[in-house]
Amino acid sequence: MRALSFSRALALAAIVLGLLFALLSTTANHALMDFVIRLASLAIFATSLNLLAGYGGMVSFGHGMFYGFGAYFFALTMQRAGVSIPVAIVASILGSALLAAIVGVICVRLKEIYFSFVTLAFQMLIHATILAAMPLTGGDQGLRGGVPRPPFLGLNLSNQKQLCMFSAFLLIVCLFAMHHVVSSPFGATLRMTRDNADRAAYLGIAVDRVRLKAFIIAAVFASIGGLLQALFVSGAYPDFAYWTVSGEGIFVIMLGGTTTFLGPLLGSVLMLLLNDFVSRFTEYHGLALGSVILVVALGLRKGVGDFVVDWLSARSEADASERTKTTEAAS
Amino acid sequence: MTAALEIRDLQKSFGGVRATNNVSLTFEAGSLAAVIGPNGAGKSTFFNLISGALRPDYGTVRVEGRDIVGLSRAEIVKLGIARAFQVASLFSTFTVGDSLLAAVTSGLDQSERMLSRFPPPQASSRAEEVADMLGLTSKWRTKSSTLSHGDQKLLDIAIALVREPRVLLLDEPTAGMGPDERWRMIEKVREMWTRQKITVVFIEHDMDIVFAVAPRICVLCYGEIIADGTPDEIRANARVIEAYLGTPNAEAPP
Ligand SMILES: Nc1ncnc2c1ncn2[C@@H]1O[C@H](COP(=O)(O)OP(=O)(O)OP(=O)(O)O)[C@@H](O)[C@H]1O
Ligand SMILES: [Mg+2]
Repeated sequence: MRALSFSRALALAAIVLGLLFALLSTTANHALMDFVIRLASLAIFATSLNLLAGYGGMVSFGHGMFYGFGAYFFALTMQRAGVSIPVAIVASILGSALLAAIVGVICVRLKEIYFSFVTLAFQMLIHATILAAMPLTGGDQGLRGGVPRPPFLGLNLSNQKQLCMFSAFLLIVCLFAMHHVVSSPFGATLRMTRDNADRAAYLGIAVDRVRLKAFIIAAVFASIGGLLQALFVSGAYPDFAYWTVSGEGIFVIMLGGTTTFLGPLLGSVLMLLLNDFVSRFTEYHGLALGSVILVVALGLRKGVGDFVVDWLSARSEADASERTKTTEAAS
Repeated sequence: MTAALEIRDLQKSFGGVRATNNVSLTFEAGSLAAVIGPNGAGKSTFFNLISGALRPDYGTVRVEGRDIVGLSRAEIVKLGIARAFQVASLFSTFTVGDSLLAAVTSGLDQSERMLSRFPPPQASSRAEEVADMLGLTSKWRTKSSTLSHGDQKLLDIAIALVREPRVLLLDEPTAGMGPDERWRMIEKVREMWTRQKITVVFIEHDMDIVFAVAPRICVLCYGEIIADGTPDEIRANARVIEAYLGTPNAEAPP
């Protein structure tokens, strides 16, 4: 399936953002606003993981390290450097890109399961470092004292509604940017290295360099998901960098589907709804989530998004053959 | 003029097996040659050594005068050597069209661009030309993994050809095909060779095809070149007759 053209993707992003703003400006529903903020954070993270795992074939078990790193780096920069929020965001992006470059150089050469496990090992290292660096990070208590949110460009992110609008904006911008990456020649090359790295090398493609670039890009967006979470809870906690975050990311993209760009967004919506809904009724919410993924994985054998897309394309093909039949009959 | 491909004293062993033993061959620009030999003679290994998949233990490989031993596969392909595989090596989730467009994109040195869209507009004419030459135009939107075996082999060649190589190595283009399909395939290969004016070296098991199509035949046996010449010379060569017919253990050509 060919991706949307640039102008169409841009128009779609603008329309969705406009609708979201219109919707959010009229609401006073705190639960809804919280939902949008959490969704933005999770969906940016999950889509970045899909860029790496779905498009690049690099199933990272440690992608959450960049989510956690982004949260801590942003919160610490805000607390200690006294800079404005956009400056701290740019700093977090650069910081996570640097970390990803170091981790990536080691990991992208590794194949399949080794890649997965070494990324997991790095995640544990980052998590352990956060716990150990008490004076800086607050150790297992987390980074407390709140994240300062000085107003910028007339935006006050201490205000829940404005933070919600800002999150929606970041979500759309990040999705648009990642969509652009996967629709570029680089995106096609990344899929080539996933399908057949040997053949890609025979076409003159520097496979490891392509994989490293994808690793860094995915890490940068994961860190944006993390810093949004830090803004939301006004702090950062070791859990943000724990391996379960990576696991949740994989859960989300499996749920939503890995072959469509928006699958992880759909997965994030489902995941948050499930979480909220299930935990209202039972404390065994792991049991419920596990059952859902079993039903999706064994029942549909693909993510919900993949299922919908396949169903739609099967239907339009059926329509097309129906039409040719009727025109043949008519002539 | 320097030869398109010049190989000197090439050697490669796997453990105790000498897969390539003192092979020296020269292929002139624009020539067509076949490499034949029994199963396990070292034909694919020979291609692997030239294309950079394996590093020779000893010897030189020159492409238009330039030594390529030790260069990576990516560097070698940039010097104009492309290959297709005994078992088609494709991008399974790509359509035929996208596979070719992506291959052209890499040839244009644009495969890592992020700000523009895939495919680059300059890519389509070459991709379509090659698809047309190999008869894949009607399969343009078909996913590689769902192509028939013969079309997969054609696409494999098309992917190699798209980068406009100077030397094209084809490892058994007719492998796994029925008799009629083999002839159609080899006709396409010959037509492509005439139109592109490149050096083509192909490995082939079918003797009828080899003797009908190749102006020059190189015979590999236990890693050594035992004969090299025109079809008539090869037919009359005592060592070839011995290798193919004399010893009862040797695999007789089909
Ligand atoms: N990578 C490798 N490692 C170890 N041994 C190898 C390797 N590649 C080839 N060989 C051995 O080298 C010898 C030549 O193999 P090669 O594949 O080159 O033969 P071939 O002439 O292409 O045969 P076929 O007609 O069956 O394709 C065989 O004995 C094979 O087992
Ligand atoms: Mg072989």
